[in-house]
Amino acid sequence: MTTLFGVFLLTLLVITALAVVRARHLVVAVMLLGIFSLLLAVNFVLLDAADVALTEAAVGAGISTVLFLGALALMSEREHYGSSRPWLSLVVVVSAVLVVVYATFDQPRLGDPEAPVLNHVGPWYLEKTPEYVDIPNVVTAVLGSYRGYDTLGEVFVVFTAGIGVLFLLSAGPGAQNNGRRRAVAEKKIGLRDERLLHVIGQLVIPFVLLFGLYVQFHGEYGPGGGFQAGALIAAGFILYALIEGEQRALEALPQGGLNFLMVGGALLYGVVGLAGILLGSNFLAYSVLAQDPVFGQKLGIILIEAGVGMTVCGVLLRIFHAFACRERIR
Amino acid sequence: MNFLGLYNYWVFAVLLMIGFYAVVAKTNLVKKLMGLSLFQAAVFLLYITMGKISGGTAPIIQKGLEDAVFSNPLPQVLILTAIVVGISTTALGLGIIVRINEEYGSIDERDVQESDRR
Repeated sequence: MTTLFGVFLLTLLVITALAVVRARHLVVAVMLLGIFSLLLAVNFVLLDAADVALTEAAVGAGISTVLFLGALALMSEREHYGSSRPWLSLVVVVSAVLVVVYATFDQPRLGDPEAPVLNHVGPWYLEKTPEYVDIPNVVTAVLGSYRGYDTLGEVFVVFTAGIGVLFLLSAGPGAQNNGRRRAVAEKKIGLRDERLLHVIGQLVIPFVLLFGLYVQFHGEYGPGGGFQAGALIAAGFILYALIEGEQRALEALPQGGLNFLMVGGALLYGVVGLAGILLGSNFLAYSVLAQDPVFGQKLGIILIEAGVGMTVCGVLLRIFHAFACRERIR
Repeated sequence: MNFLGLYNYWVFAVLLMIGFYAVVAKTNLVKKLMGLSLFQAAVFLLYITMGKISGGTAPIIQKGLEDAVFSNPLPQVLILTAIVVGISTTALGLGIIVRINEEYGSIDERDVQESDRR
C-alpha cells in the first residue's frame, strides 16, 4: 500500500515538474514549484527522512516561493519567448533519460537491505551514536558532531550567499539609500487592509515562531535542528512582513539585529570549534567541552545548532528584506 | 513488483532531465533558475531513495525502539544541508537576475544578448 502511495506521489511529482516548465506565466510556475516541494516533502516522509522532509517543507515550499515572488515583483511576470531549439534539447534530454534508466537496472531495488550503501558506514553511526553522543536523533548527531566540518562549511556557504545577495542588491538604480528605503518600506503596507488574512495571520504567527523554537531546541530528540528552525522562524517573520508591511517588520526585527544573527551564528559555531583546540583537543571536538565527554558532545551540538539556526534565520530574512525594500524601475 | 523497486530511480532520471531541459532550452532566466531547482530536487530524491531500507523507520533511536530497523542517516544529513545551500544559491541567482533586469530591461536571454551586440 505504501509502495503504491509512493508511486502515486512520484507520478504527481513528474506531472507538476512538467507543468512548472510549461507554464508561461511565471507566478503560476512559482506556485507549482511550491506544490512540487510539498509533494517532495511527503515523499521524503515515506522514505523515512523526517528531518529532510521538514527542511524541504519549510525551505522549498515556504521561503523559496516567497523569494521567487519577491524577485518577480521587480520584473516582468510573463515569459515572452518559447524554448530555443526545443527539438535538439528534447533529443538530448530523452536520450539522457534512457541512458540513466538503462543504468538503473543494475541498481539495488528500493529498500533492499543488501544494498552496498546501507552496509558500510551507515550502520556504524546507528550503532555507536547512543554510546558516544547519546542523543536519539542520529541525523542531528551526524550533522552536528561527526560531520561538524561539513556543517560549518555549509553555514559559511549560506553566510556567503547572504553577503552576495546584499552586495548585488545594494547597488544599481533600484537600490535605496537609508532615507529612501524607509520611504519605500512605508509605502509597502502589505495586507493590512485585508481583514480576514490579517486576523488569521496574526493568530498564526506566534505559533509558527513557537514551533520554530521547539524545532530548534528539540532537534536532538525529534526531527529538527538549526537549519529547519532558522527557516521556520524566518518564515514567521516573513509572514509578519507580508501582512503588516515592510516597515513594521523592520521595526520588530531591525536590520542591525539580523546582521547580528547572521554574523553571530557563524562566529558561535567557529568559537565552539576553537574551544576544542584551546581545551587540548582538535577543532570541533566537543568531548573536551565538559568533564563527561558524552555531556560535552551534547553541549557542543546544542551550541552549534544554535549557531546554525541564527545564521540561517538572519541570512534568509536579510535576503527577503533586500528584495522587498527594492523598487521596480523597469 | 520487481520493477516497482526501480520506480524512484526512473522518476529521478525524468525529473533531472526536466530540470535540465528548462536550463538549456528556456530563454527566460527565472525559468532557468526554476529548472535548476528541479534538477537539485531530483538529486535530493536520489540520495534519500538510496538511504531507505524496507521495514525501516526514521533514524531516531527512542526508548523502546532500540531494536527497530533504521534507515541510513548519512544521505539524509547530506541532503538536509544541501537543501538550505540550494535556497541560498537560488537567492543569489535571483539577485543577479534582478540586477540584469534593471540594466537591460529584460530577463530574457535573447533580449540581453541582442542589447550586448548593439
